[in-house]
Amino acid sequence: MSSQRSKHLFGVRLEKRASDSRWMAYCSPLLAILLTLLCGAGIFASLGHAPGAALYTFFLQPLEDFYGWTELGLKASPLLLCAMGLVLCFKAKIWNIGAEGQFIIGALGGGYMALQLDSMEGPWVLFAVVAFGALCGMLWAALAALLKTRFACNEILTTIMLNYIALNWLYYSVYGPLKDPAGYNFPESALFSDSSLLPLLFDGYRLNISLYFALLALACVWTLMSRTLFGFQIAVLGEDASAARYAGFKQNRLVWLALLVCGALAGLAGISEVTGPVGQLNANISLGYGYAAIIVVFLGRMHPVGILFASVLLALTFMGGEMVQMELTLPKSLTGLFQGMLLFFLLACDFLIGYQLQWSRPNRKISTVDIAQKAQE
Amino acid sequence: MDADLIINILYATLRTGTPLLLIALGELVCEKSGVLNLGQEGMVLMGAVTGFMAAVVSGSLFTGVLVAVLCGIGMALLFGFLAITLVSNQVATGLALTIFGGGLSAFLGSSYVGIGIEGFTPWELPLLSEVPVLGKIFFSHDPLVYVSWILFIAVYWCFRSSRAGLIIRAVGENPEAANALGMRVFLVRYAAVAFGGAMAGLAGAYLSLAYTPLWTEGMSAGRGWIALALVVFASWRPERVLLGAYLFGAASILHLVLQGLGFEASPNLLAMLPYVATILVLMLIANDAIKARLNTPFALGKPFRPQL
Repeated sequence: MSSQRSKHLFGVRLEKRASDSRWMAYCSPLLAILLTLLCGAGIFASLGHAPGAALYTFFLQPLEDFYGWTELGLKASPLLLCAMGLVLCFKAKIWNIGAEGQFIIGALGGGYMALQLDSMEGPWVLFAVVAFGALCGMLWAALAALLKTRFACNEILTTIMLNYIALNWLYYSVYGPLKDPAGYNFPESALFSDSSLLPLLFDGYRLNISLYFALLALACVWTLMSRTLFGFQIAVLGEDASAARYAGFKQNRLVWLALLVCGALAGLAGISEVTGPVGQLNANISLGYGYAAIIVVFLGRMHPVGILFASVLLALTFMGGEMVQMELTLPKSLTGLFQGMLLFFLLACDFLIGYQLQWSRPNRKISTVDIAQKAQE
Repeated sequence: MDADLIINILYATLRTGTPLLLIALGELVCEKSGVLNLGQEGMVLMGAVTGFMAAVVSGSLFTGVLVAVLCGIGMALLFGFLAITLVSNQVATGLALTIFGGGLSAFLGSSYVGIGIEGFTPWELPLLSEVPVLGKIFFSHDPLVYVSWILFIAVYWCFRSSRAGLIIRAVGENPEAANALGMRVFLVRYAAVAFGGAMAGLAGAYLSLAYTPLWTEGMSAGRGWIALALVVFASWRPERVLLGAYLFGAASILHLVLQGLGFEASPNLLAMLPYVATILVLMLIANDAIKARLNTPFALGKPFRPQL
């Protein structure tokens, strides 16, 4: 009675697998990328560009020279930092959408510190600035943790609201108290002094040591997830909250820890961005890394290695958007479109982890009229 | 504060509350059927941009509204296909819809930024609008505000005394039982999701054709998310959604009140108010956790896999 567990869809039979397919879990992101590329080709064609050439401009042209590769690292670092924090939350099914806000507050707090320490010199200045940025991000996430554990508020809604509050706080700061008095009234702060800028990895390229932060975070969170009791408890909490309760895990403490780590990492990403390529506070410090990191986590299968690859791919979509804007005068917002399609296709393809397609010939229905006619003959 | 100012504030409250009311009513129906669609924000943005584009191209505001509603339905069906047919995680799929809608709307509207159009003008209802004070507050709005009231009455009536409302609730409380009774769970859920999409699209059209007749990237400014909180705050009751929407509307135009009282404050700080208010409201309901849980549709967010 295989039909008991099957569904029919457009003549294709969908059969429930006896157990989830591990193989498909790894193939699904690749399939999603392929479908996104196909759809992207269609979009480029509909805009009157040769699809192959346009896809080349979007995905490969940014990487033609060494500069492109360093920029890729520069954009992948904040994504990786945010994603390594988010993966802890998502593993525990804590839907923290607030990496964007934690990123902004990290940048704002650390940037404020950098402006205060403007006249100071020495390596401790940079350390203080970066540490304070991460701390601010952590405190912002602590608000969400408090709201979830003490007031049982849905963390999706609170973190989104905190994102909007953070963004408006940034606007308020750069249009108001932190605006550069000598800045011709632009909404931006004074430039940070050299002692609060991150050291560059190569002379003449913007890539800085935030790449090391990101790789270090990757190693630490990976160890945390695979080698510690905390990581195990997080995984159990996500798989089955009641099992975690019966096992006596302190759920609230796990929520606090996951969110604090995520906030610190997202804050670190934020402060690295403003003490790195931006060099000041302004109204557009985030390109949406905090939201893109959500896609990174899902695309990377919530596994550190997968997340590493996914963050590079998503970084590439940011660069591709800029490239097609320059080369083909297409809107930069293609980036967001590609990212959205990617996540959508991924979720659709994930269906195949639990189900399989069966290409079967549709059964010809035999009606009672047919039988009656047969009988008469 | 003089009387004129109070009238203006109440008038503006109804205007700012309208998009929230529309989105929240749509989400209410959707959640009552057991589907949690977190993609409201994306659908609102898509409704806003397509409605605006259609209005610019065709020159007709009503065409714009129609296109926005259809676009909202299309987006919702996309969500429905993933979340209902392919039983994907509703939270992740809703987020995907928001991210996708944000990206696609920015892409579609990139050449429409900065274009202004003649938006909806107020329709002063005959006789009613001449009532002193109340006429100005309630009966001289643009047509979409009246539409939102009609839709509110329809939803209210649907859940209070219609068979359709009962079926939606049954499907949202216990889809297995509803299925066993011969109700078509998938169909009901698709319809509810599509209704939510239509309402979000309409809210988008209201934003880009009536409230501020222009298109800017991300113009919904989190209203889709606030509306989601509103449904929880209203414990899934339409009349409380109405009240909540206007309360939030009032919170977002508090700067008018403050200016009226002679206070000066940064517009960016005041822009935080609706979001802060949302968090406060979420904290407030926490005191009533048991009641809130009782009101939540039992199968909310749980996918339904029929045993054929």
